[in-house]
Amino acid sequence: MSKLTHLTLTEARNGLAKGDFSARELTQAHVEAVEVCRSLNAFITETPDQALSGADVSDERRRKGDAGVLEGIPLAIKDLFCTQDVLTTAGSHILDGFQPQYESTVSANLWSAGAVMLGKTNLDEFAMGSSNMTSYYGGVENPWRRSGSNEPLVPGGSSGGSAAAVAARCAMGATGTDTGGSIRQPAAFCGIVGMKPTYGRCSRWGTVAFASSLDQAGPMTRTVRDAAIMLRGMAGHDPKDSTSVNTPVPDYEAAMTGDIRGLKVGIPKEYRIDGTPAEIDAVWQQGIEWLKAAGAEMVDISLPHTKYALPTYYIIAPAEASSNLARYDGVRYGLRVPGDTLDEMYEATRGEGFGAEVKRRILIGAYVLSAGYYDAYYNKARRIRTLIANDFKAAYEKVDVVLTPTAPSAAFGMGDKMDDPVAMYLNDVFTVPASLAGLPGVSIPAGLSGDGLPLGLQLLGQPFEEGTLMKVAEVLETAAEFDALPQIIS
Amino acid sequence: MTIIEGKTGPWEMVIGLEVHAQVIANSKLFSGAATAFGAEPNSQVSLVDAAMPGMLPVINEMAVEQAIKTGLGLNAKINLFSEFERKNYFYADLPQGYQISQFLHPIVGEGTIILDLEDGKTREVGIERLHLEQDAGKSLHDQHPTMSYIDLNRSGVTLMEIVSKPDMRSAEEAGAYLRKLRSILRYLGTCDGNMDEGSMRADVNLSMRRPGDPLGTRTETKNVNSIRFVQQSIELEARRQVAILEEGGTIDQETRLFDASKGTSRSMRSKEEAHDYRYFPDPDLLPLNVDADWVESLKKDLPELPDAKKQRFMDEFGLPVYDAGVLVADQETAAFYETIAKGRDPKLAANWVIGEYFGALNRTSGANLTNAPVDATKLGGLIDLIADGTISGRTAKEVFEAMWDSGKDAGAIVEEKGLKQISDTGALEGVIDQLITDNPGQVEQYQGGNVKLIGWFVGQVMKATQGKANPGMVNQLLKKKLD
Amino acid sequence: MAVDKDTVARIAKLARIRIPEEQQEALTGELTEILNWVEQLSELDTEGVEPMTSVVAMTLPQRQDVVTDGDCADKVLKNAPEGAHGFFAVPKVVE
Repeated sequence: MSKLTHLTLTEARNGLAKGDFSARELTQAHVEAVEVCRSLNAFITETPDQALSGADVSDERRRKGDAGVLEGIPLAIKDLFCTQDVLTTAGSHILDGFQPQYESTVSANLWSAGAVMLGKTNLDEFAMGSSNMTSYYGGVENPWRRSGSNEPLVPGGSSGGSAAAVAARCAMGATGTDTGGSIRQPAAFCGIVGMKPTYGRCSRWGTVAFASSLDQAGPMTRTVRDAAIMLRGMAGHDPKDSTSVNTPVPDYEAAMTGDIRGLKVGIPKEYRIDGTPAEIDAVWQQGIEWLKAAGAEMVDISLPHTKYALPTYYIIAPAEASSNLARYDGVRYGLRVPGDTLDEMYEATRGEGFGAEVKRRILIGAYVLSAGYYDAYYNKARRIRTLIANDFKAAYEKVDVVLTPTAPSAAFGMGDKMDDPVAMYLNDVFTVPASLAGLPGVSIPAGLSGDGLPLGLQLLGQPFEEGTLMKVAEVLETAAEFDALPQIIS
Repeated sequence: MTIIEGKTGPWEMVIGLEVHAQVIANSKLFSGAATAFGAEPNSQVSLVDAAMPGMLPVINEMAVEQAIKTGLGLNAKINLFSEFERKNYFYADLPQGYQISQFLHPIVGEGTIILDLEDGKTREVGIERLHLEQDAGKSLHDQHPTMSYIDLNRSGVTLMEIVSKPDMRSAEEAGAYLRKLRSILRYLGTCDGNMDEGSMRADVNLSMRRPGDPLGTRTETKNVNSIRFVQQSIELEARRQVAILEEGGTIDQETRLFDASKGTSRSMRSKEEAHDYRYFPDPDLLPLNVDADWVESLKKDLPELPDAKKQRFMDEFGLPVYDAGVLVADQETAAFYETIAKGRDPKLAANWVIGEYFGALNRTSGANLTNAPVDATKLGGLIDLIADGTISGRTAKEVFEAMWDSGKDAGAIVEEKGLKQISDTGALEGVIDQLITDNPGQVEQYQGGNVKLIGWFVGQVMKATQGKANPGMVNQLLKKKLD
Repeated sequence: MAVDKDTVARIAKLARIRIPEEQQEALTGELTEILNWVEQLSELDTEGVEPMTSVVAMTLPQRQDVVTDGDCADKVLKNAPEGAHGFFAVPKVVE
């Protein structure tokens, strides 16, 4: 394993700038790492040729003095972002052979900032899942194992391939998308940093939609500073996305002063849930201590509607998904399963093309929107969503950020919870409320569980206060001194 | 109101119309693709219109503006808050699997439209709402034995759905409604109203009831694409419903399809049953907030609309209601008329435009106001020659025919053909004196009390002058000499 | 709220998803479990609360009426499973 792959994105950026190594060398090392880690199944499509030629172009640009903020940095792209002429699957059979004739705004932004694409990472089908097990292309193995165990574990989901690739040092960073926790939960499971920005911060144009009012792209990296650099390269106003917010993208690194004295950190009592493992509570308590030691002030807060967030989410997200996924009909792209009539073709294509979890959610979504149930389910959920957003608004009158655990457990076995949808949904209990409120959140690796698996802490911020989040997250990161390596590379 | 006399008593029809009008705009409602009619298949399709994964809608401000203008033209309430929702259903020419439309919160609320009926009477019909929505693509079913072909050029083009209240009571009123609506849309420049190109289509809601009873169950006849077919489908559906009701049956609330070539309609119930559109606010869009100042400025810039123009033509030009109604039906005709009426006898001008001129336009295939051989200036010139006595009204008709055939102006033709009226007293007196000398018998009869013979004398003078004598002067001189 | 097999079949038809007979029973159970679980929302009084449509606190941006897109039939048709003469092709629809 080449040493170059162990650099952080920040270190690589600085090394490239100083001329310690070329983008070609850095990319070559990562292309090899991707090959070595194929057993993880983190990538659906590898693009080594594109990576290396991209690296050469990047070296050339640097010679000319045109280096962008991510110049020469090899990244992995979740296979939910459409990439020009490169197979894009959303982890689904139904997008068989789909070669987009366009580039998503987020990936296009990264390329114009100088980054290089290593390939497309595995994910839960249409980003629906918390384990990466719903992918048509098979589950992804977490690079981590429990101490003394060889049982393969899930990387979390839906951005499981991205999390595994970054944790296994196959990529310096990867894009993720987060609808109810799909960046933060896998980041926690794989011991990396994952940030979901404020809804509207990154364009959704060209990213396969799951639930439009919740979907948000974000960076997955090994350090907070790496995330800050990468987010700057991804974010920005996009007139092609009506929900994209037109505010300038700040230099997030500049906000990372390390000084959080006097900052008020909210500790929501509703996040202490019966049955949460003691070590999750312990890492949360540890986080509180670290922030206190850095001079922040802890404030007990209440987010009273927290317990309703998950069921609310599991009405709104499927409702939107049932409509968003109607376009996969075998007419214009992807899989077509023949049928004698148009309806038979639709039903055969969608019956075969979608996996079990996607079907469940489409059916739930169609049901809650159907005549007679709309008010009882969908509108009810939208009203409660308002209450949840108001909870946060009230809390942010008193505090600057909120600290919680990221997930209610460490990574679990690849076969676990598969036959119980609701048990699987409970993985998102700490991440979903902020998604419903559109707020930014970041997960930072904070320690190891008793059996040696990473545990994450989540910081939630105010709208468009990603900089503040980065600052506090870096303080936690420094205090945690998380330097354990996953078994696959240690 | 049309009352249908059934075997069991009278029936009244209750009609409401839903009109889909294609908005005039360069680009589509939610994409930057073009909207021109008749392009190569799938050439006016963006990746958004083709519903590629991850594509997102961005609204066209012109579509919003046109909807507001139309709302103002229909004296309707403009809703400063409106919302786009998804109407979910599967069809081959609906790439997203949903149509973006407006449901609970349309951009335009209640308004009114005034129908001009045949007898010159008017009748007010309520507008329920107007909302914006996307058109679907087009399926071609007759190109291949086992396949249908899909062209998405129309997919995403902006439509306004204009829904009337169930205020119409006859096929005639429905026709008048469509004509008036089309006229208003054309005045506003918000829809070209070309029903044969599909830029205006109507769905007909119809129910029957005993006069004075509450509303009965209605049917909806879809996508009728000419005013004549709308009227035919109404007559057909009314008879069908009456036949059922008279037998003691009930009307199913259903969607029907009118077949213009056969003059029949049939139920589309099989399709209807599966429909549950699952409307919900489109999460790719935000609520549409319209600035009240913008509405005000659009209101200020509205053109004079048919009703106001009609009233003005009556007040200013003294035209009868029927003539005014005919002249304002479209903006070009009204402008044409005004150009001619300016500084001339407005009633004479109206008679010429509505009579000879429209007649010639109708007789000449492909002719319209812009390409006709006689323009407003030339027609005005002809009327001037009548007014100053150069030619008689009768001669003028002959001159007009010649103008229409040659494109020359009236003066040139009068000159060329020597049609100038003889208004010279001396010359006419000579002719009349000779006539009196030659026909003593007729003179005697006339003077004996048969005053009708004056017509015979006039005719003889006209004959002698090849019709060029000024008839007024001839009359005057004859009377002077004979009486 | 329990759903029965017929309801599941109706919704599956609405969503144009073929569910093989042997999977219908299990799916009905799963959907019932999920719906029972979300049912807890009904205990909350939401009288007078506005339903949220978007978390973004801004008004809908509008674009200028300019032709900026289209004229790319090759891109539009590139991934079509079946097409002919510049059209997409589907099993014949009888109207």
